[in-house]
Amino acid sequence: MRKLNAPAAREITPERTYLRRREFLRNSLVFTATSTGVGSTLLWLMRGLRATPHKQPSGSVTQADDHTVLTIAQRADYASGEPKTPLESVTSYNNFYEFGTGKSDPAENALTLRPRPWTLTIEGAVAQPQILDVDQLLKWFPLEERVYRMRCVEAWSMVIPWVGFSLGDLLRRVGLTSRAKFVAFTSLIDPEQMPGQRSDLLPWPYVEGLRIDEAMHPLAMLAVGLYGRRLPNQDGAPLRSVVPWKYGFKGIKSIVNIRLVEEQPPTTWNLVGPDEYGFYANVNPAVDHPRWSQATERRIGEYRRRPTLPFNGYAEQVAGLYRGMDLHRFF
Amino acid sequence: MGSAARNAPLPWLKPAVLTGSLVPLAAILMRASANALGPDPIAQALNQLGLLALVFLVAALGCTPLKSIVGWTWPMRLRRMLGLLAFFYALLHVITYTALDQGLDWHAIGDDIVKRKFIFVGFFTFVLLIPLAATSTNSALRRLGYVRWKHLHRLAYLAPALAVLHFTWRVKRDVREPVTYGLVLGALLTARLVDHIGNTRCKARAWCSSKD
Repeated sequence: MRKLNAPAAREITPERTYLRRREFLRNSLVFTATSTGVGSTLLWLMRGLRATPHKQPSGSVTQADDHTVLTIAQRADYASGEPKTPLESVTSYNNFYEFGTGKSDPAENALTLRPRPWTLTIEGAVAQPQILDVDQLLKWFPLEERVYRMRCVEAWSMVIPWVGFSLGDLLRRVGLTSRAKFVAFTSLIDPEQMPGQRSDLLPWPYVEGLRIDEAMHPLAMLAVGLYGRRLPNQDGAPLRSVVPWKYGFKGIKSIVNIRLVEEQPPTTWNLVGPDEYGFYANVNPAVDHPRWSQATERRIGEYRRRPTLPFNGYAEQVAGLYRGMDLHRFF
Repeated sequence: MGSAARNAPLPWLKPAVLTGSLVPLAAILMRASANALGPDPIAQALNQLGLLALVFLVAALGCTPLKSIVGWTWPMRLRRMLGLLAFFYALLHVITYTALDQGLDWHAIGDDIVKRKFIFVGFFTFVLLIPLAATSTNSALRRLGYVRWKHLHRLAYLAPALAVLHFTWRVKRDVREPVTYGLVLGALLTARLVDHIGNTRCKARAWCSSKD
């Protein structure tokens, strides 16, 4: 009978290898440790060195947001039937420096914002100055869903179904005086709620403005929601402006103050980069950003760039506002 | 050669660093195939590949100061590989830009390079890396002769500086990250300069000529 445990000669480990087994083991361990160390250092560097203030426990991006479904009176598509950008992209790819400068920072950090209760002040050259709760606005105006193209100055774009009402309707309701030549918007300033404000990357609070005829244009809107629900924090809850023929930064988020003024108001990006970001900031493929082209854009979710349209495709409606103006000068 | 490689200390060093250095590429490819690069995957891959090229350019410059200041000699054995990894990631960055981002629209790419200073600087940096990668072999060093090879490879100081400039001009407002790389690079270049001045003075005097 054959002995069960006898290994074949070819399976026997050579003596030399046997004697070096410790060296082999040590080398394997050090190899694994080194490659893991190098690999994880690089992965860490890839996440970016930007200080993300106030990391929240990650989770669904809209988890803590108020998911109240809004009652919508009417719907209109102002994006020629182009497919809407998925909600997940609209809520996870944001420029909202109050919550960090990375695109995914707002979704991660904006849970500290408390959009209710929220007080809005309307003042300046108006017949009836107001200090009102944001929910009052929802009682004043029937909500509309409007699908707009959104073109960021960084040459990417989205198609978003906003819910809100015309800015002009609000301004008419409070009554403009003859001195109302411009509208100045101010965003919340509160480093507790907006941790990005602890750094002075931008002068806080964020401010924006429109010429009065721009503000009264029926396409200019104040949004309180998107995709049929209240605005997620990272998209500017509870109230933001949407001006679809202008670059995205003209849309100011988390508005606390609307002031009607006689002089052109300062605007945040214009303050920090006057040669790169104009007061008007109309989408214009013929006027490049000094550092990159505005001729094309990438629609989020698509791979091929598409040509950028004058006034973001709303030229027919809004070009008249700028008749006779040199758009290269007033960019 | 075989026995020399076996007897060299730290035989695992280069393969281990190479393996670790390819982890980010694997991560980008895996995330791309899993659709996990975020809403703008091309921009994400483009930015990450460019950043990795910069990291390796800076790392390659770190080897000599580690030898001259800390006294470690092992990083010197990684220098060529780190430089080639920088070129490799820069190449992937350029391919992502030309093929994926611009869809090989050569007119638009040419326009970008001529009109936008940050793209011009990035493109120029990549062009500088080509002769460095091409002359990275031992035989190229022999062909060129050490002195000429060394002069050519001084471009390795210029390339990361231009890469930092490219990065700084690229970002909209938050320059903290490119500035951090700029500071690290500045420290490494200063260390070399100080060392170089020290060496020159040493050579001028007899008392430390033994160092060479």
